[in-house]
Amino acid sequence: MNKIRLIIWREFITRVRKPSFLIMTILGPLLIAGAILAMAWIGSKEAVIHQVLVIDAEGVIGRRLEDSKSVQFTLTSVQWPDSAFKESPYTVRINLLPEVLNDPHADLFYKTLPSEFAMSHIRGQLDKSIELARLKQANIDPEDFERVRKPLDIKSFDIEDVANQSFAQERAMIGFFFGYFMFIFIFMYGVQVMRGVMEEKQNRIVEVLISSVRPFQLMMGKIVGVAMVGFTQFMLWIGITTLMLVLGLAVFASSGYDPAALAENGMTAQMQQQLAQQQMAQAKAVDSDKVMDLINQVNIPLVLAVFAFFFVGGYLLYSSLLAAIGSAVDSETDTQQFMFPVTIPMIVAIFIGWVG
Amino acid sequence: MLHLEGITKRFGTFIALDGITMDVPPGQVFGLLGPNGAGKTTLIRIITRITGPDEGRVLLDGHEMGPDDVARMGYLPEERGLYKKMKVGEQSLYLAQLKGMKRIDAQKRLKDWFERWDMGGWWNKKVEELSKGMAQKVQFITTVLHEPKLLILDEPFSGFDPINAELIRSEILRLRDTGVTVMLSTHSMPSVEELCDHIGLIDKARLMLHGNVREIRRQYSDNTYRFEFKGNRVALANALSFTGELIDAQENGEYSHARVRLAPGVKLNEVLRQLLPSVEIHGVQEEVPRMHDIFIKVVSETQPETVAQGMTE
Repeated sequence: MNKIRLIIWREFITRVRKPSFLIMTILGPLLIAGAILAMAWIGSKEAVIHQVLVIDAEGVIGRRLEDSKSVQFTLTSVQWPDSAFKESPYTVRINLLPEVLNDPHADLFYKTLPSEFAMSHIRGQLDKSIELARLKQANIDPEDFERVRKPLDIKSFDIEDVANQSFAQERAMIGFFFGYFMFIFIFMYGVQVMRGVMEEKQNRIVEVLISSVRPFQLMMGKIVGVAMVGFTQFMLWIGITTLMLVLGLAVFASSGYDPAALAENGMTAQMQQQLAQQQMAQAKAVDSDKVMDLINQVNIPLVLAVFAFFFVGGYLLYSSLLAAIGSAVDSETDTQQFMFPVTIPMIVAIFIGWVG
Repeated sequence: MLHLEGITKRFGTFIALDGITMDVPPGQVFGLLGPNGAGKTTLIRIITRITGPDEGRVLLDGHEMGPDDVARMGYLPEERGLYKKMKVGEQSLYLAQLKGMKRIDAQKRLKDWFERWDMGGWWNKKVEELSKGMAQKVQFITTVLHEPKLLILDEPFSGFDPINAELIRSEILRLRDTGVTVMLSTHSMPSVEELCDHIGLIDKARLMLHGNVREIRRQYSDNTYRFEFKGNRVALANALSFTGELIDAQENGEYSHARVRLAPGVKLNEVLRQLLPSVEIHGVQEEVPRMHDIFIKVVSETQPETVAQGMTE
């Protein structure tokens, strides 16, 4: 037991003292926080305001196109020749093609290409206008249409517990998240165990060690030591990332930006679209009761216990398998073909966690 | 001390060791000899419990060796290895503790060794900063630090310069004098003669020769003596008559030298009696065969082609 502790300590301390550990520990959160802040910054900073000239020769658009921070619309029914457009202050010209209601096409000419963010706003506004025009053409009341189009909202209930809505899907998401986390951790640090075994073999020190301790002690020490390195790194990452995010947002806030708006702007256009669709689909704001219900339904101690069980079990299983690979091969390049059969069950497990 | 009984080891269809039975007497230096690929390292790995025999058993002080006995052993593998990124002192302490030593004791003993071998400034150096010879010295210290009763050294002199090889040699003898049993494998026959009390010679997985070095050398001696004398070599040859055969003779300066192989059953005294009236004898010395010659003789009987290879190191 004492020897295992010694081995654990050596594995831990030598890895933690490595410059690469320090670099990754600092660089990891820097990269994550940096990426988030950079996204927020770029999102908030859309300095270019696109002056969009929409040429609607057939007079299809019957409503006001809503401007956004980066897009300002001007609607006209007069055709603009290219030379006039070039001299004008407009940066984008959109020509709705003839018969746009039956065959929805438009050409976009630009001086500076609008960002994806601005583009999605332009598309959204035009889409909505054309939709309205088509409803009008078909003599459908837009409100009726909105009502008809309302999607089905399915709530699931466990027959044994009809009083409470069950959030099976949301709960599955929790399982998937934990499963994915396990996969990443097990793989990252299992490979480190493998490397460690290989290093000892290549250094030839393993003969000295095996004539001092039992192979099981050596393997356990290595596996536990590497796991401790992993936990330390994760904790440091979480700590440093939080600290940096708080500091970064504080800096933004003090320079006159609204952090909430920043976060919103930071989301990609796609995410915003998805969010908008979800909001539309639900047709009502997420009430906090629902979240509370979800939390109440999840047996948190059970989830944590099961997570701990599978995490520890999975890590022990896969890291020892990877250690076996490390002991069987002579060089890093030979590991690839052996890694494959070990990785397959993990990928299957992830898949089952997702589908099942 | 160590008794091997019918040790057999196979790797697939290849037989690495074939029924090795031998004794390593306590408090002596035992030389494990043999050409490359004879099975020496495999045998050593079985003794150090790195691998197990397919048949046979290893007895240590009369009982079958178990996992706890490794703490009483010190093992220096042929392929030396330390953690390259670890500091010398830290690593030595770690290895000593793995052998069951207390940290404080290990620290004290390491200090003594480092002082004795003039390695004071190495403590905080990383192993990768040391030269090969320096790293080997560190490894030797870590092998013997826990004062094992049985010391197993696989090629202890390879990689050392003559000065350090001498240091290791005298250290091995010092340890033997304190009662440690040393088993070493080597290709250097002069050091076998100098160090070893006993040898075992393995060839083609079999134990070919086993016993006390002096006895083995005597056993292989062909009764040849070297005479130093004053006089005529023809007179010497004539005086020998039937008691012996003159192999060769040289005259250089005042004294002449002659090598004489005695006839079977003839004692040296009889020869001297024959010679004394004819020549003036100044000295006689028995020519005991060197281990080098015995090694070649034994190995070439089984596999002439490997001899040259085995003797290159």
